[in-house]
Amino acid sequence: MNAIVKIENHDKQEIKFTTCYMCACRCGIKVTLEEDKVRFIQGNRNHPTNQGVLCAKGSAGIMKQYSAAKLRKPLLRKPGSERGDGEFVEIEWDEALDMLTERLGNIRATDPSKLAFFTGRDQMQALTGLWAQQFGTPNWAAHGGFCSVNMAAAGLYSIGFSFWEFGAPDWDYAKYFIMWGVAEDHSSNPIKIGLEKLKRHGGKFVSVNPVRTGYSAIADEWIPIKPGMDGLLALSVVHVLLSRELFDWDFLIRYTNSAWLVVDTPGKPGNGLFLRDEAGNPLVWDIEKEAFVNGLGKDIAPALFGDFVAPDGRPVRTVMSLTAERYLDERYAPENVAEECGVPAETIERMALEMAHVAFKETVELDIEWTDSWGRKHDKVIGRPVAMYAMRGIAAHSNGFHACRAVHLIQMLLGALDGPGNFRARAPYPKPVPPHQLPENNQDVINAPNTPLSRTPLGFPMRPEDLVIDSDGNPLRIDKAYSWEIPIASHGLMHMVITNATNHDPYAIDTLMLFMANMAWNSTMNTKNVQAMLREKDPEEPGQHKIPFLVVVDAFHSEMVNFADLVLPDTTYLERYDTISLLDRPISEPDAAADAIRHPLVKLDRDVRPWQEVLVEMASRLKFPAFTQADGTRKFKGYQDFIVNYERSPGVGFLAGWRGKNGEKSLKGEPNPKQWEKYIENESFFAHHWPDNQKYNRYANKDYLDVAAEVGFVGKSEPIIMQIYSEPLQKFRLAGQGLYDGPQPNNPADRERLTTYFDPLPLWYKPLEQSRVDENEYPFFALTQRPMLMYHSWDSQNVWLRQILAQNYMYMNRAQAGRLGLADFDWIWVESHNGKIRCQLRTMEGTQENTIWTWNAIGKQGGAWGLKPEASEAKKGFLLNHLISELLPAKQGERRITNSDPVTGQAAWFDLRVKVYKAAPGETGSWPEFAAIKPLPGDTGERPDVLRYSARSDDKK
Amino acid sequence: MRLGLVIDLDVCVGCHACAIACKEWNASGATAPLTDYQPYGAEPSGVWFNRIRSYEVGDYPNNKTINFPMSCMHCEDADCVTVCPTGASYKRAEDGIVLVDQTKCMGCNYCSWACPYGARELDRESGTMKKCTLCVDRIYDQKIPMEERQPACVLTCPAHARMFGDIDDPDSAVSRVVRERGGYQLMPELGYNPTNHYLPVRKATPISTENMGKAGFKDRLKNIANRIVKR
Repeated sequence: MNAIVKIENHDKQEIKFTTCYMCACRCGIKVTLEEDKVRFIQGNRNHPTNQGVLCAKGSAGIMKQYSAAKLRKPLLRKPGSERGDGEFVEIEWDEALDMLTERLGNIRATDPSKLAFFTGRDQMQALTGLWAQQFGTPNWAAHGGFCSVNMAAAGLYSIGFSFWEFGAPDWDYAKYFIMWGVAEDHSSNPIKIGLEKLKRHGGKFVSVNPVRTGYSAIADEWIPIKPGMDGLLALSVVHVLLSRELFDWDFLIRYTNSAWLVVDTPGKPGNGLFLRDEAGNPLVWDIEKEAFVNGLGKDIAPALFGDFVAPDGRPVRTVMSLTAERYLDERYAPENVAEECGVPAETIERMALEMAHVAFKETVELDIEWTDSWGRKHDKVIGRPVAMYAMRGIAAHSNGFHACRAVHLIQMLLGALDGPGNFRARAPYPKPVPPHQLPENNQDVINAPNTPLSRTPLGFPMRPEDLVIDSDGNPLRIDKAYSWEIPIASHGLMHMVITNATNHDPYAIDTLMLFMANMAWNSTMNTKNVQAMLREKDPEEPGQHKIPFLVVVDAFHSEMVNFADLVLPDTTYLERYDTISLLDRPISEPDAAADAIRHPLVKLDRDVRPWQEVLVEMASRLKFPAFTQADGTRKFKGYQDFIVNYERSPGVGFLAGWRGKNGEKSLKGEPNPKQWEKYIENESFFAHHWPDNQKYNRYANKDYLDVAAEVGFVGKSEPIIMQIYSEPLQKFRLAGQGLYDGPQPNNPADRERLTTYFDPLPLWYKPLEQSRVDENEYPFFALTQRPMLMYHSWDSQNVWLRQILAQNYMYMNRAQAGRLGLADFDWIWVESHNGKIRCQLRTMEGTQENTIWTWNAIGKQGGAWGLKPEASEAKKGFLLNHLISELLPAKQGERRITNSDPVTGQAAWFDLRVKVYKAAPGETGSWPEFAAIKPLPGDTGERPDVLRYSARSDDKK
Repeated sequence: MRLGLVIDLDVCVGCHACAIACKEWNASGATAPLTDYQPYGAEPSGVWFNRIRSYEVGDYPNNKTINFPMSCMHCEDADCVTVCPTGASYKRAEDGIVLVDQTKCMGCNYCSWACPYGARELDRESGTMKKCTLCVDRIYDQKIPMEERQPACVLTCPAHARMFGDIDDPDSAVSRVVRERGGYQLMPELGYNPTNHYLPVRKATPISTENMGKAGFKDRLKNIANRIVKR
């Protein structure tokens, strides 16, 4: 007989919609609450990002909410205790904010650069960036510099949108999909939804990755490339396409700079720049008119190939002629790169031909009328259904910027961008190449007390004049972004901040404020030594640290919190108001511009405050102009009021939905006092769906660009010409060669780097660390991945997720391990030029033979994250980070240089080379070992051995 | 009617979304709670109704990773039911769901030993056996919107690798996909006639690389005639 099945207490339940924050994907969630306890978190079916589904992290949000690691109250390092000892006293918010106001007020009134404000994986950079600008410090960035700036910068300097968050594959029409160096990523749910769709439609999925886990598990073809060789593989594909004339003439001529003419006068100033008319327009050779004409003009017939002589007598060549000459060279022939890439020549050739077949013989045609930027009407949209996506496997190398440019070159040759079946842009992208936004670099403005910067600290330099350096050529930023060492560091270099600030290089700071960034553990290179730097005292200033004051803002008890002088405890994502703004990292999809909010679903049970609210409060106390009325009183009551009423330009604010007095306007309109309510009524998100005629080829789609200009996505409605050949890079190269008519570097190392790496065409070179260590001594590539169930989720503390993964191993190819006499579960030493670690080995087939890898950020310091000191994460888990130096190995006669991409400053995590050997008998447990972190005030440190979570109100005992 | 799951191994990326959604729903569901042991300690573990195994097939570089979610198969001839000494384990006549009556179970483990799929989970705190209920407390609940009356694992699966339906009905979506894709039961030779089916990995259609372009562009480039493309 059937038992009675207990069903839900619907009468006690309430359903609310908000936005997930378990990773950077930012899915819509539907949350069932039962008497203020979280009963169920599921995907919102109507949300454009996740369409009803939800990943493991999202569903585990319940256990994040009930984490034992939640901070409870502001904390001050205990007077008399040493920094890093983790001894704190609880203080009141008033005291904390008074203390911070006084300190920051003094900095702002004297030397605003002495505040460095760096934020981690936050999703509110539009607010933190505005805050830093208003404070007047150039020393602000988020974590992009150590995450994926190579993808963002390469895309924005090439095609006007980018991998990372400014585009997505068109899963509906793609027939061939190549994923370069992606294990698991945002947007993680959309990629999973899309891969299934692609496979159901019979499309082919190719994964280029040294490791076969995650998405690669279901790839139709796995290409186990050697790390750091993706750019070479991509350029070999380019070689095959060019050698068989497999490229889209029309696309190249219409939408790229392939026909623009480049001055060819090696060794002379002006070499490598575009031939321009007096108005500055790039010139092309018109084969009908037989004349040089404006390459941006209408009714022209540009020559794609050719060498010409300019009216002033200078020889010029088309970009495409340079491109063909470069990549048709036998250097890039598949048989000549196969060994370096670890990919057979026939595989490379087949890849290229398969792509070409799908692009040119399986073309998609949609009956959609659209108008191009030159006013021509088209009755169809043509798609060449090859889509790509790339991420950290390419980004995290010192040659990643060019590798990503090489991938974009393939897309441009195939004419496979923003059409049906392609990698497509997500609003507010595409933008001009690069976006018209320069970093603040006026030294007088930067040094001016109590004065905001005139523009944001971050941007996209076009030429050496845009660098953020002083009159002697020294960096003005603590991370040396936009200096001669790292000219196009468009996301900053967070991984250099602690090292540079400790070395007082380029100068000493007073306060380092970190939000949601675990820079004392898994988010830093060289973890053990960075912890020592945080403790380091300044011999010049008795009693003071090299970094005098450290403010940490977080919701949870991380390893970073342990080093704070002042801790400001944040709320969880279910406890606060928040915006996911189009001014920031968009959640748009190719077919819809979208943004979203969060609002409190769960009652606060601790003395913590949302960081958003604290930022607005601090901005008001410090009287930032944008936050202050003419009479000196505060402009905004708080965060919600700020979001509703702040306008970046008239009608454009943080939220694009329900603008206008009565909420009748989308994307642009005057502030609506009921905007929050409208979002909450509408499941906490807003989506503007593009009509069919505005969905494709948006770099030259008049109707789309008209709207984009109207609502402020772009400055004006004009075509966005993709840049195969990058003139900004060439200007920096000329500066390195001493041929630039403007600022030039003095240091030979800088000159050499600019000359070598600022190639205007995509380039492959051996990753920098690898060119400085002995490859025979360190025969393995070593890298990390994040597991799908914890990707970007800061969540080893999650008691459900950690049951699936609570210890990481070092993985090695099975046959390779056999050759080295290593077996599963052996304890091994892994050693790099920077140090060594001890960890436990597992073998697998799905790892490239010269590569070892592990899951990142599983290893924890004992006592952190609410775990017991004996947690496996602390005793058996480990970090690869100890082996990775933030500086390149020293070279005689050269100052120490960052271990980053020389163009963008992207942290070169995956350039690491190591050796591996078996630990001696009896050597077990992970090493280095760290002392357990002490419990915080109010926490006994006791943790139950049995947990029986249930939200059922009828189960209450 | 035989309700069950069809799981598509061609698209399962092993993300554990289904496992956590299951845990989340059932932690407060019909057999709530699902106890966790050492949740903050050295060896965390707990009661889960759905676990994902991953394994590799073939040798490098021709290896393939298979992610294999496993939960109760809701067998037609379920030994776990026949061995139960108290009658706590039962199979519902109306829909074939195998359940454990928590009020009758004494936690003797017989069913666990009888199940070849490892689908049974003893909750050491309650002293009772627990298992996948196919979210019986969701799928018939009239107060849940119609399209959401599915097991939590199916609802959440980002790769849509999980389907739910009546395998007895030849016209149901699950029956059709099993026919079309060659869906199979796990270890049918044991004779339990599991309701759940798995869909095998698809074989990709080869893409032709014949007659793609004409080699020798490098030579032709020397005397290339530009095409007229107007803009």
